[in-house]
Order: sequence, then C-alpha cells, then structure tokens
Amino acid sequence: MKGTNLGEFEELVLLTIAALVSEAYSVAICDELEKYTGRSAKLGVVHAVLNRLEKKELVKSRMGEATSARGGKRKRYYEVTHAGKVALTRSKEVREAIWRVIPGFNLEGSL
Amino acid sequence: MKAPARHNDRRKAPDRETAEPPRWAQRLLRWYCDPDLLEDLQGDLNEFFDRHLHEKGPRRARQIYCLDVLKFFRLYTIRKPDWLTLFIHWIMLGSYLKTSRRSLLRNKLFSSINILGLSVSMSVGLLIIAFTVDLRSYDDFQEKKDRIYRVITTYQTPEQPPMDLASTSVKAGKRIRELVAGVEDVVIMRSGFGGDAHVGETVVPLTAYWADDAFFRVFTFPLLKGNPATALKEPYSVVLTEKTAEKLFGEADPLGKVVRFDTLNYTVTGVAKDVPKFSHLRFEALVSFATAEALQAKIDPNLQSWEDIWQNYVYVLLPEGRDVQSLQATLARINTAENAAIKNRTFTVALQPLKEAALGRRLSNAIGPTMSPLVVWILGGLAFVVILSACFNYTNLSIARSLRRSREAGIRKVIGALRGHVMGQFMTESVLIALLALVFSFGLFLLLRTQFLALDADLRNLVSLDLSVQTVVYFIAMAVGVGLLAGLLPALFFSRVNPILVIKDVSALKVFRRVTMRKVLIVVQYTLSLIFITATVVGYVQYRSFLSFNLGFQTENILNIPLRGNKGNVLAKELAAIPGVSAIAQSSMVTSLGSVGGTMMKYNNPADSALVWLNLVDEHYLPMHKHKLVAGKNFSLRPRNGEESEIIVNEQVLKRFNIAQRNPRKALGQLVTVDGKKMTIVGVLKDFHYETVLHPIKPVMFRYSAEPGGYLNVKVASPNIAATMEQIEAAWQTIDKVHPLEAKFYDDQIEEAYRMFSGMLKVIGFIAFLAICIASLGLFGMVVFTTETKLKEISIRKVLGASDSSLVLALSKGLLSLLAVAALISLPATYLFFDKVVLPDIAYHPPIGLAELLAGSLIVILLAVLLIGSQTLRAARSNPVKNLKTD
Repeated sequence: MKGTNLGEFEELVLLTIAALVSEAYSVAICDELEKYTGRSAKLGVVHAVLNRLEKKELVKSRMGEATSARGGKRKRYYEVTHAGKVALTRSKEVREAIWRVIPGFNLEGSL
Repeated sequence: MKAPARHNDRRKAPDRETAEPPRWAQRLLRWYCDPDLLEDLQGDLNEFFDRHLHEKGPRRARQIYCLDVLKFFRLYTIRKPDWLTLFIHWIMLGSYLKTSRRSLLRNKLFSSINILGLSVSMSVGLLIIAFTVDLRSYDDFQEKKDRIYRVITTYQTPEQPPMDLASTSVKAGKRIRELVAGVEDVVIMRSGFGGDAHVGETVVPLTAYWADDAFFRVFTFPLLKGNPATALKEPYSVVLTEKTAEKLFGEADPLGKVVRFDTLNYTVTGVAKDVPKFSHLRFEALVSFATAEALQAKIDPNLQSWEDIWQNYVYVLLPEGRDVQSLQATLARINTAENAAIKNRTFTVALQPLKEAALGRRLSNAIGPTMSPLVVWILGGLAFVVILSACFNYTNLSIARSLRRSREAGIRKVIGALRGHVMGQFMTESVLIALLALVFSFGLFLLLRTQFLALDADLRNLVSLDLSVQTVVYFIAMAVGVGLLAGLLPALFFSRVNPILVIKDVSALKVFRRVTMRKVLIVVQYTLSLIFITATVVGYVQYRSFLSFNLGFQTENILNIPLRGNKGNVLAKELAAIPGVSAIAQSSMVTSLGSVGGTMMKYNNPADSALVWLNLVDEHYLPMHKHKLVAGKNFSLRPRNGEESEIIVNEQVLKRFNIAQRNPRKALGQLVTVDGKKMTIVGVLKDFHYETVLHPIKPVMFRYSAEPGGYLNVKVASPNIAATMEQIEAAWQTIDKVHPLEAKFYDDQIEEAYRMFSGMLKVIGFIAFLAICIASLGLFGMVVFTTETKLKEISIRKVLGASDSSLVLALSKGLLSLLAVAALISLPATYLFFDKVVLPDIAYHPPIGLAELLAGSLIVILLAVLLIGSQTLRAARSNPVKNLKTD
C-alpha cells in the first residue's frame, strides 16, 4: 500500500463515511457522494476505495443485521478509525495552511 | 425465467416476481469472489438491481447486473487460492496418475479413439501455431522495430475504388524529412534495380534496391566490411550481401572494386551480412539512392513527383517515446498541400508499423512476402473447429461410459475427497491424455509440415516452420488447454456424483440424462464434416472448370519463353531450325494468367477515354493461338517499331465506344487514338479471356510489333516433347549463357495461375478429411457404447422373435436420423455459401451441380452407415442366451 497519504477520492469517501455516521455502507456512500459532487460514483470504484481504506486501517467495518431487503444479504457498515480521523484532520490542515498564504485577489476573479 | 421458490419471500410486488438477476451472473460472482467480500457485494448488487428494476425495467436491470458482476472481477475481489486443496492435489497426484493409467489400459478402444482423435486434430493446431509464430517473428531482428513506420499511400481516382499501396513517392519522404521535426530519420528506397553484374568474366544477375544512406542507421543490417555511415552516400556505390560478394569475387576482398551493370561502373563500398529469412526487406545488393537521382532522366523522369508512387518505399524512424498520432496531423497537412496542385486524383500518405509489413492487410506493390491476418484467422478457426470436434468425442465418450468411473468417484468422495478434488482428478487425467496425444501429434506435425510447405513455393518463401523454444512452449500450452477443454464437462459430471446413490445402485445414475447434449454434439460434428467435404468437392469441380475453360483461343502445346532481354528475332531464328517446332510467334505478355497492362484509348469524342488492355504481338500470334476474327483480317503492314497504324480490337471495344453501332463489319476502317496516334481498326476479334475467368471480359486491343520483347510463343508439334525441349534448351544456351531457360507450357501456366485455389482446396480437403475421421471415430465409439449397454434389450427382443434386420434398424434408427439432420443443415448451408459468397466474385463459372453437392455427403454417410451397421449387426447376431445368463 502506498503509505497513509490520502488520494482525492479516498478523502471524499472517508469524509462521506464520517458524515453518514452509523449509516455508512457502500450504496449509501455512493448516493451521498453523488449528491455532494454531482458526479455519478460507480459502485465498483467505491468498493475498491473502501477496500483500500480498510487495508490502510483508516476505516473499520462490521456486518449489519440481515433484513428482507437486498435479497436477504447483510450490509457492511463502515466507521472512521482514529487513524482515519487523524489523516482527515491532517489533510484539512494542509489545505488550510496553503489557503491561508494565497493572496485574496488571486482567486477573486475566478469565483 | 421462473423465480425459484426460495426467493419468493422477499418479493413484494407480484409483478416483479419474475424479475431476477441472471442466474449465471450470480453463480459467476459466487465462484470468483472472495467469501469474505461475497455477501456484501451480492447485497449491493441486489440493491442496485431492485433500483434499476423500477427505473429502467427488467431487461436493462439484468444487463447492468451482468456488467457489474464482470466489472467487479478485480484483484482484491478474487478468491484466494485454497492452499490446502492444492496441497492435497499435489499429494494425490500419484494416485490420479495410477487410476488414469489403469482406466486408459482397461478401455483400449475408447482410449485409442480419444488419443487418435486428439492427436490428429492437434497436429493441425501445431501447424497453425508454427505458422503464426513464424509470421509474427518477421522483422523481429530489427533493433528499432517498434519505432520504424512505413509510409503507405492511398491512390484515389473518381471512377475507381481507392487503391492502397505499400509504396509511396520520393517526394513524400523528402517532405517528411523537411517538415516533421519529431522524426529521427527517414529512409528513401526504390525497387526495380535489376541487371547482370559483370566482374571481369563473371556475370551474375542481381536484383537490388536503391536506398539512401539512412538505410543502415534505421535498419539492422550489419556491415561486415565498409562504413555504414558513408556506404550509400555517393552515386554509383553498391553494397553487396555476403553471398553475392562471394558469387562475384570469390574469396577476394570486394571493397573498392568495380562492378559493371550494363555500361555503368559501380564501386563496392560495403559487404552486408546476408538478409535473415524473416525480413520483409530482401535484397542481394543495395545501390545508393544518389545513383537513381543521377540517372533520373533515364530511369524515371518523374522520380521527384508527388504522383510517382509506384516503386518507392519510405520508412521513418520515430524518436523514443514519440507517439505516431502526433505525426498524423503533419502528414495530413502535407497531403492537403500536395493534392491541392493536382486534379481528379488524390494521393494520401499514412504510416504503417513495421511489424505489419509482413503480417498485415494486403497492399498493392507490397515489398517482400506478405500474409493477410484474415487467412491466419481462417486457418486458425478451421484448426480450432477440428480440435473442438475431437474434444467433443472425449467429452461424449467419457460421460457415456461413466458408469464404472462414477463408482470410483463415489468411493473417493466417501473417503473424503471434496468436489474440487474429484474435478482435479478428472482434469488431470484429460490433460494427461492430451499430453500423450501431443507426442503422437508432434510426429504427425513433422509429416504435415513437409506436405504443407510443398503446397506452394510462396509458402516456402514465407515461412520455414522450424521449431523454437517459443513454439514448443506454445505446443505444450495448447495440449494442456485442449486437455482442460475436453475434460471440463466430464470432470463437472463426476464431481457432482452422489456417492451414496452410486455405491448403492449404479443404475440409478442418470447417464442418459445428457442424451440430448450428446445428440447435439454428433449433429454438430457431422454438420461440420459434411460442410467441409461438400465445399471441397464443389470447389474442386469449379477449379477443374477454370482449367478446362474455353478461353476463346487455343493454348495446347504452346510453349511460352520469357526472353529476359534477349533479341526475340534471333532466338526465333534459332528455334525455327528445330524440327519439333511448328510455329513461332512473339508477344509482349501472356494472356489469361492474371497479369494485365493497358493504355488509354479514344474514339470520336476527345473527352471520352477508357483504359483498354493491350498486347503487342507479331503477325504470327493470332493465327497460332487460333483467335477468331469476327470481321477483318490479321495485321497486313509490317511497320518498324513505333510507326504502326493498324489495330485489332475485341467486340467489347466496339461496345464501350459504340463504334459503328457495334457492327464489326462497319467498324473496320474506323480510327481510334492510342498513345496520341491515330490507328485504323483492321480486325475485330471475338471476345476472349484476356484476364483470368474470375474477371468479366473487358475491352482489349492488339497492336503490332515486329519484336515486342516479352515472350516467344512456340508451338510444339512433335511426338517426342522431351527431345524437342532439349533442343530448345540448347538453342537458348547459344544465345544466353547467363540466364537459365524458363520455358513453360501454356496449359501449365494456366494451372499455375489458379494455384491459389488448388492450395486452398488441398487445405480444406485435408481439414475435411480430419473432420470426417474424428466424427467417424466419435460415432464409432458411441455405437459401441450404445450396443454394449443395450445388449440385454437386444437379447430379450431376439428371444421374443425379432429378426436381425429389424434389430439393426431399431439400433441404428436414432443415429441415422441424426446424420440426416446434419445433412439437412449442411447441404443448404454449403450451397448458400457458394452461391452467395464465393461464386459472385467469379465472373465465369458453371452452376453448382446436384451431383457434386451430394457426392461428399453420400460417402460420409455411407461410411457412417457401415460403422453403425457392422457394430449393430454384431450385437444382433450375438447369442441371446449368453448375454442373459450372466446377471
């Protein structure tokens, strides 16, 4: 695995998991991502990212209860681990630090 | 698809009861997916499926489901190998081999049917592999092969379909060199250098390319002597290959010596290593391109023109990491700029990777040997069909006689084998048999190889089919693949065996459950065999018709001698003295063999010109070939070259220009313009076949030349042809000591012109033979098996009074009806294939006869009836008491 650096999409997924609190499972994450970014998030891609995040130990997962929906299959719920929270905070800080040094007028026209 | 009961509980709306994700996709997912991830994935896919069901309907939802299942096939989702199972396979290997050997020996008949069928079919596969490997290794020795591209040209005129050429103009090469910044090097070459090389008394005919000094920078043709940087720089420099140098100079050092071609002296500036066989560029010598430019006025005044695209070849070398796409824009700019200056025609240049020069689409003016990938695919497809047929046999027979083996599988399961283990065992066995068959097929391959290469001289020129490590690895891979393919269904069958049922009562096993599948397999096999054999027979009849076709003139006993630069009249004088020679004529070309040449002709309307095929002949030509004149007479004037005023045309010319309302008599004396000269029509020929019979008859003209300089046509009328040939040979020797005589009889040349068809027929015929062999073997196995299992039934029937013939009929009825079905499918299919696909491309052909359509099938079915009959008769004649006693 490529260290603990977060890719852009990984960060988005991680944030979404945090935002969904206890309802974070793959399909919900997809929908939520779509809602925020406006782009369609492919299930296969999200799955791969979730798998990678779990390998990096930024999230942990547990199986939910079986219900009659989803053909009787259980959901896998995700939760951000401590390491995940640290990674998110760090990346936010990095961004903010850079934002702070950008002179205001540089971006005025483009917004 | 009906939803299985276990899913009903979670279907809410009754209208969606029928909508289920496709079963095979679910199964596939379950098969490949890591069990840890499986449930979660299944659930997600189900959720999306339900969602799509509402939004897009059941059809689309199913499609998306399938796609998603395929898309989820990724490294992290794949089930990790079960090391325990693998380990068990490993330790059980000895046991598998032992039981396989025993079963092979116990059923000698079935084993030999399987091994024979597999090895025969695999030998064709081996041939195709060796063929493909050879073709793919073309130009592999070029170190910069991935960066070299050839400039190819598309020539388009308003009236004709575009023509793709491997050649291009010198100008294209020069423009690329000037304009395109990202090109490392450009080689400009020209073909057509040929002549006799003189060194002192030694004379060797040579063909060579003109090539500029970039040649050795781009291509890997190492120089043994000489400086590659300067060898092709100066005009009148020549680089010889090792072999040529030895022919010309023997042991002496050729460097700096002089070689004379015609009247010009060339200096040897280098000796290159001989060209490897698998090179699309093949040469005996290279002459500096500067020579061609120096001789421009003589060899081709238009050498530097954008339109002179027929003989020049340009190769570009791109720098490392440079993409071809980036060059296309610049090429497009050159195309537009140059084409703007000309009217009615366009010449478009493009790039082609070097590796496609030999194995790529057909281009006119190709340099070196070429093979179209389509042919390779077709041959590969045929081989695959034959191999598949042999695999069918294996599958069919293994399942048919599964009674005994399933007990073994049952016992293994009771002892603790899992499904995977039993599958592994039977797969191992089939792979083993395939490997055994490989040994035999390798022997067959060695035999086939010589036969295949003997088919055609071009094939020998193209490939060598030698063995290499690569081919051997592919051979083994193919055998393993064939083993896995053949063994898959039997292995699945045995692994599903229910041990308790099998051990308690073997007859409970549903061997006959797969009867439909086996019937289908037999029908498929026979359909293919019948298609192949019918195609061969029909094709052969068509091919014979080409050879015996009435071309509109006589070819019998006419010997065509290419003059190879010698004086026609001198040779004619020599030959006239030979008693066996009855007539001699001269012509610029030999018609009906496929080669054509023509010039533009005009009649009254100066704006209307048309291409008319041409042959230059002397006054003896038409009478000797017994061409029929509809009106007029043979050439009467005997002008010197270039001053002719008479012309003889065929009826098509009158039709094309509507000369004298197409009335041959009135057309005599009319004037046509050819090459700027007014000529009088003195004769009108009955239409004859100037081209091969594949093409419709087009306008043709004959013009007079006392010495056309192409061929001498010699009519041989002698009881002892061999002696006359010897005399002709001796006469040739007195005139030309350098070139061997290449005389050929017209009829032989016609046969050669259609040899593409004879080669194809031989290949398809051989495939047909194999397919029939394999299908018959399979059928034989099935008959033996059926009669064996029905022996008791037969005996009881017999005891009850059935006659032998009624028993044979009862036993063979089923199989015979299968053959009838195969014939009903294959005959119309073959007929349609020829009628709609093959024959429309052939202008003159006889209709497909019922006899040839049925002949092949009758033989095959007769063979099958014989096989079935002999076995069933044996069973019917056996003593019923013996069969019924033992139980």
